[in-house]
Amino acid sequence: LALAGAVAADPVEDTLVVEAEEGTVDLVTTAPAPEFLKDTVDTIYSGWHYREDETRDLQRDDFDNPGMVFVDRGLDLWNATIGTDGQSCAGCHEGPESMAGLRATTPRVDAKTGALMTVENYVDACVTDRMGLEAWGWTGSQMKDMLALISMQSRGMPVNVAIDGAAASFWEKGKELYYTRFGQLEMSCASCHEDNQGRYIRADHLSQGQVNGFPVYRLKDAGILSAQQRFVGCVRDTRAETFKPNSDEFKALELYVASRGNGLSVEGVSVRH
Amino acid sequence: MTRQLCLAAAMSVTLATPALTETAPTDVAYTEGKIETSLTATPGDPANGITVMTTAALGNCVACHTIAALPDVQFPGDIAPPLDGVADRWSEAELRGIVANAKMTFEGSFMPAFYKTEGFIRPGGGYTGKAPAGDLPPILTGQQIEDVVAYLLTLKE
Ligand code: HEC
Ligand code: HEC
Ligand code: HEC
Repeated sequence: LALAGAVAADPVEDTLVVEAEEGTVDLVTTAPAPEFLKDTVDTIYSGWHYREDETRDLQRDDFDNPGMVFVDRGLDLWNATIGTDGQSCAGCHEGPESMAGLRATTPRVDAKTGALMTVENYVDACVTDRMGLEAWGWTGSQMKDMLALISMQSRGMPVNVAIDGAAASFWEKGKELYYTRFGQLEMSCASCHEDNQGRYIRADHLSQGQVNGFPVYRLKDAGILSAQQRFVGCVRDTRAETFKPNSDEFKALELYVASRGNGLSVEGVSVRH
Repeated sequence: MTRQLCLAAAMSVTLATPALTETAPTDVAYTEGKIETSLTATPGDPANGITVMTTAALGNCVACHTIAALPDVQFPGDIAPPLDGVADRWSEAELRGIVANAKMTFEGSFMPAFYKTEGFIRPGGGYTGKAPAGDLPPILTGQQIEDVVAYLLTLKE
């Protein structure tokens, strides 16, 4: 782009240390770009760096983070005997800490089935196949409470999704979507989050569009938002017909976008405006 | 009752008239990015051009461009070059071409084409996220393009 002289408003220099019940947690919000991105960007930044001071501060203490309410609700749901035969998540998996690491490595290809699986897909499989319940809506409140709880178990771990082997074909597909200029505005994810990160599109400070912070508590919606819900909003803003959450397209895109953040910390439940 | 009918009939006539004299987006001739002739029979109205440029649902040019002559616009974006002095840099035909379809002037531009109805990947009906109900209209009408061009022509250093 011919933008001589336009000084981008850089991501704020800051570090994120969270006061949690179990002590302080250091989160890596700035990291060297993964190998495959080296020719495009040097450094990857969590979306946290692009938000206002007040929004960033809400994430420094779990007492202030409005997303923690949903984590607590997720824990109640985890322990509840909701299955048709009285099963609970806890009955089979013990504590939620058994899920540590999952958020950091999903979406991933399931070794047994070869299917690309997000956290939501795994939860859904247990809810329907193992508990005999109707599927939880992908973006419904039970799913998002559970997603919040499970993501928290990986807080502070580096995002580390596999992009090779069985994942390669999904990753390629996600990459193609990332660079496709959709809609009547003919914009790709890269148009905003790669070419113009750091600049303002009207009042919005464009981040790199990373998903390491997801799910996020979005102040504007006063609720939890999953990565693919965010994609819906971004694609809609290009005057395009969006894909649906849990579509093959958005799952592949989530894998690709997650891989662009390999090395950043999972934030558990982050706070965005 | 009769009076309302007359009014409705009169309105549909005034609404239909400019459309008939507008060059359809698919019929616009670009020469090296320029559009030499006006898209409509009515001269552009610069005041309405400002409205189009600063309204999010219309041109929303200020999402990307700053304009020093419009200091009241809140939070203009800084993605694209400031529009101050564009009339010194570009002719009327060039500006009309840039606003109608900037990609004809700047290859691969991030700037959306405001007078184009074909060749999109998964176009939606406005910002609904759904496929358009019928034929896809251009983002701006020919008259709105002319209004914007009329305003841009006032932007001299
Ligand atoms: C028209 C510009 C535009 C396009 C195109 C766009 N986005 Fe966004 N996106 C935004 C804005 C504005 C925000 C909110 C500010 C920010 O975090 O960048 C955002 C936020 C995000 C976030 C949240 C980041 C965080 O940490 O909270 C993700 C993830 C994201 N976008 C992914 C995508 C993906 C994937 C695509 C392509 C399918 C895409 N975006 C296309 C404008 C865009
Ligand atoms: C009847 C037993 C049972 C119940 C009840 C159950 N699960 Fe599972 N869950 C399993 C088994 C078995 C697996 C598969 C393990 C494997 O394939 O290695 C699994 C896998 C998972 C995984 C993927 C974990 C991984 O590391 O691969 C998640 C996430 C999960 N369950 C969440 C839940 C949640 C949330 C609930 C409650 C809403 C729940 N499960 C209820 C038995 C159960
Ligand atoms: C999404 C961003 C975006 C929007 C919205 C946008 N533009 Fe642009 N515009 C650009 C970019 C980027 C350029 C620089 C050309 C290039 O490199 O592609 C540009 C260039 C221009 C130029 C040439 C400027 C110069 O000095 O050379 C004019 C004139 C212009 N735009 C007018 C408009 C008008 C009028 C609107 C609204 C009807 C508009 N733009 C909306 C991004 C945008």
